[in-house]
Parts: sequence; C-alpha cells; structure tokens
Amino acid sequence: MFRLEPRTSAPLVWQVATPVLAVLATMIVGGALFAAMGFDPLAAIRTIFWDPLFGPAAGYSRPQLLVKAGPLILIACGLALGFRAGIWNIGAEGQYIIGAICGAAVALTAYPLDAFWIFPAMILAGALGGWAWGMVPALLRNWFGASEILVSLMLVYVAQKIAAWMAFGPMKNPEGFNFPGSRNLQQYDAASNPELIANSGLHWGGVAAVLALAATWFVMSRHVLGFHIRTAGAAPRAARFAGVRPERLVALCLGVSGALAGLAGLFEVAGPAGQITESFGSGYGFTAIIVAFLGRLHPLGILLAGLLMALTYIGGELAQMMLNLPAATVQVFQGMLLFFLLGFDILTRYRIRRRA
Amino acid sequence: MMIDPLSVFILLLGAATPILFAGLGELVVERAGVLNLGVEGMMIGGALAGFAVAHASGSTALGFLAAAIAGAALSMIFAVLTQFLLSNQVATGLALTLFGLGLTAMFGKPYEGMKAPAMMPGPLGLNWMIWLGIALVPLVWWFLARAQPGLILRAVGENHDAAHGLGYPVRRVRILAIGFGGALAGMGGAYISIATVLQWTEGMTAGAGWIALAIVVFAQWNPWGVLAGAWLFGGVTVLQLRLQAAGVAVPVQLLSMAPYLATIIVLVLISARQKFGRSGGAAAPGSLGRPFHALR
Repeated sequence: MFRLEPRTSAPLVWQVATPVLAVLATMIVGGALFAAMGFDPLAAIRTIFWDPLFGPAAGYSRPQLLVKAGPLILIACGLALGFRAGIWNIGAEGQYIIGAICGAAVALTAYPLDAFWIFPAMILAGALGGWAWGMVPALLRNWFGASEILVSLMLVYVAQKIAAWMAFGPMKNPEGFNFPGSRNLQQYDAASNPELIANSGLHWGGVAAVLALAATWFVMSRHVLGFHIRTAGAAPRAARFAGVRPERLVALCLGVSGALAGLAGLFEVAGPAGQITESFGSGYGFTAIIVAFLGRLHPLGILLAGLLMALTYIGGELAQMMLNLPAATVQVFQGMLLFFLLGFDILTRYRIRRRA
Repeated sequence: MMIDPLSVFILLLGAATPILFAGLGELVVERAGVLNLGVEGMMIGGALAGFAVAHASGSTALGFLAAAIAGAALSMIFAVLTQFLLSNQVATGLALTLFGLGLTAMFGKPYEGMKAPAMMPGPLGLNWMIWLGIALVPLVWWFLARAQPGLILRAVGENHDAAHGLGYPVRRVRILAIGFGGALAGMGGAYISIATVLQWTEGMTAGAGWIALAIVVFAQWNPWGVLAGAWLFGGVTVLQLRLQAAGVAVPVQLLSMAPYLATIIVLVLISARQKFGRSGGAAAPGSLGRPFHALR
C-alpha cells in the first residue's frame, strides 16, 4: 500500500499547513460530535469561532481575547524553549499558581500602603515564585536524575493545595465575612493590574506576552543559546560535542518557563481574577502546552495559536450561554486539536510513497 | 491518638488498588518500549464509564468491565497516533490525559450526585477487586519473566530494531500492550468512582494516573515493586486521612499534599539510587519512548 520515507528536513509548506489542517479537522469532528449530541453543528461552530469576534455581542467578548491570550502566550513562550530542547515542563499550571501567590503576598503585606514600588515588587515576586517552583524539578533532575515530567506535574497538585490553604488560611480577607479568598486586588490601586486602554482587554500581562514573544524569537533564531537548545533537542550526543552543558540547559529552560508562568499568574491575580481563591488555577498552564505545540514552538505560531485558543475559551462560554453546550466542550476541543496536530505532523516528517 | 494497625492496613489496600491496577498496566506498556503518559486520562475515562454502567445495571462487575473497555478504547487513540503516525509519545500521552479529562467532564454532568451500587464483598471482608489487583502481580511477573509472549514483549521493549530483525511484530505487540495498559488503567479509575468515593465527580482521579507513572519508575519496572509502591502510596494516603480525621493542628490542605510530596520523594530516592548506587538497579527498557519505524 503505502510506505513512509523519512524526510531530512521539514518543508515549510507542511509546517504551516498541518496546524491549519488540524484546526479544520477538529471543527469537522467537533461538529459531528455536536450533531450526535443533538445540537446544530453549524450554529455551534459559528458561536465558538465566529460570534466572539463578529457576532452581536462582540463588543463585550472581543476584549476578552487579549485577556485570555496574554497568559497563554506568556506561558507557551517559556514552554517552547524547553520543548525544543527535549525538556518537558508540564507543570506550568503549578508555577502559574505559585507566581500568583507570591505576587499577591507582596500586595497583601503592603496593604493599604499606596506606593509606586508595590506593583513592580509584585512582578518581581511573581517571576521569582514561578522560577523557584520551576527550579525544583530542574534541580531534582540535575542532581538525582528524577523525571522532570513527573516532578513538575506532581508540583501542580501541591501548588493547588497551597492555593486552597492560602484562600482559607493566611491570605483570607479579614473583611471578607469569613468567606474564603483573599482581598480583591482590583480594589487596591497600588497593586492592581488594570486595563491599559479602555475596552481593549490589554493589561500588563499582554504587554509582557509581546515582550516574551520578541525575546523568544531573538533567543531562538539570533542567539547561540537558541542553537544550543535546538541541537540538544535534535541530537543530544552531538550537542555535548558542540559545548552544550545539559544541566545548565535544564535549569535555564525550566527556570525561565517557570518565571514566565509565574508572571502570567501574577498578572492574572492582580488583574482579571483579582484574588487568590481555592480554584485559582484555571488550566492556562495546561492549555499553554497545546498553544506551544499548535504554534510549532515558533513565536509567530505561538501568537496565532494563543489567540485561537483564547477564542475557543470565549466561544465556549458563549456557546454555553446561547446554546446550552456543556462547559467542558472547549476542553474536549483542545484535546482533539492536539491529537489531530500530532497525527498530521507525520506529513512534515515523512514523505508518503506508494509501495512499489 | 490511637490508630489501629489492622484497620489501617485494610484501608491501605483499598487506597492502593487504583494505583496498583494502573501501575501494572503501565508497567507492561513500558516494558514493551512505549511511554504512555495518558494514564490519568484513561483512568478518568474508566471512572466515568464504570460508574455509569454500574449505576445503570446495578452490577459493579459490569461496571468494571465497561471501565476496562473504555480505558482500552481511549488507549487505542494513543496507539494509532504513536504506532502508525509515529507521533511523539510524551506529547500524545499528555493529549490523551487532557482529552480524557475534558470528555468525562462533558459527559459526566448528568451522573453527578448519583450513588454507586454496593461492591460485592470478598474473602476476609475485602472486596474482590482488591484481591484481583493483588493476584495480577504474580500473573504479570510470570508473564514477563517466564511466558514466551512476555519474553517477546520485553525483547520489543529493549531493542525494537533487533526484535524486528528477528521477525517479531513490533507494532502489533506494542498495540496489544497499550490496550492492556488502557484496560487496567480504566479499571483502576473505576475503583475510585465505584468503590472508594461511591459517586462521580469531575476530575476525581486527582493525579492518581501520574502517581501510577511514578510508581512504575519507583518499581524499576518490576511488578512486585509496583505492589510495594502502591502500598506505600496507600499507606501515606490513609495516614494522611486519619490525621485529618483526628484533627491534627495542621491545615487539611497541607495534609492532603502528602501523597504528591511522597511521590516526589520516592521518585528522587530511586532515581538517586540508579544514578549513584553501586548495584545501579534495573534501568528503563532500552527502547522506551522511542518511535519505531521499520524501513524494510
């Protein structure tokens, strides 16, 4: 029948075409799933992918695009560095939570002081917290050879428990009528992360995401570090001869991706979320993995993929309100998308030939 | 505070059972040279399918059967992607976990708040799933160490090119192993919904699949080690719950971190032993995680 012939290099056409094909396949299979569940598939697809941008309520939902895409892109940039090098940080969700807690800790300690340095100090604390949480799997891998995949993932659960503890214990709002959850930072001007341009959805997290994209592009394509990362991922043995020190790369990739995830968490807690609650982690850390892959670990791709994933979040909420679609629809879509992406990727890596 | 050792041991066996099933399944998969990180996704799939069927039929046995089928069915997505489309196993496993969690959250809504039928009690007051889990340990050991298909499976896992050269069907062996792993993961997940929590809640496996993956490393790919790891994990879980119930002056949220922290500690200890130990311990299967593509 057919046989696969490995390609020596991935053609650009297929590199660009496979994510697009994967999105289309997800829409088709997702539509079929909706039809099977008794929903109008075309209306559902339109509500998820079209209405948030151009539908009747777009004025409200359009700013949400940047609100949701910001953290996804910020986290995905860091993850892409590691994934390129074969270093699997899948615990970004935990680093995101810890970053938010550390940043919020600064704000809640300073409360009700009004000083210019509070927000910068929070940013620093958020990045440091995420960095430290990411360095745990890095050091355990470097020192003892423990799998960074499993350690970083376990630390997500630990971080979730810490968030719950904070919400019920040390960070509980003393004026919150005994409800769990911290003070709302949106109501604390010196610590809040407000919308920078009215109705744009852009806050400091979005600005950070753009900077992260630029930095990722520079490192990956213009700096020797990017060369080291790519070599380590493609040919670990050859990388050693090229002077790559794997331990440093592990610490760097997990540390940087942790710091970026921590920043994303900080901007979220000081902005859209406003407070530390038991369920502060909302899955951005996991969705960012899909964003990184869908964007082919390339900054431009990550930008587009982040916007698309943000769109599915908003569209999913809209479909939930308008069509009564289950809330988890988006999660299913995201999982399916990753499946199709990984499946279609064979076209970039192999040539399909008819068997002679 | 008194903690009666026998009652703790019985609770421990129950807490260990989901991890034992999922761990034994993943052990066979990894011995065939495949790393499936989708255990959590297959477990939650089994937890829902098992609960739904047990609730509808009133039979827990049918529930566990359905869970095995659901887990195996989910694992086949992974099998097709990694074995035919040669996708990256780490990423595909992750996708399976995300997909499983999403799918069950979507279809599980109607089952929230319902109660599971009672488990059939087995000998010594332990239910028959606990016994089945323990019985699987020597069976899997015997299969891998003594039976011919098990030897072929290990050959495929150690060096897929050599196994292919000898004429063994690498892909078929791996697909069967992945399916077996999926079925056991599904049953492990169903134990959580049917026998432990007695109801369905979204995301109820709470990392058990990831702990099972860590236990396989801890076990150094030996079934008896999986049993030890599962019991250790079960012990930590039960102790932690007992301390919560006893009202120790430590916040509940911090106590409930114990299983995850214990998993990290155990993983570090065993990795350190492999790295620095004189005996070294057993290494991972030679072809673990590497895609197999026969040019001829």
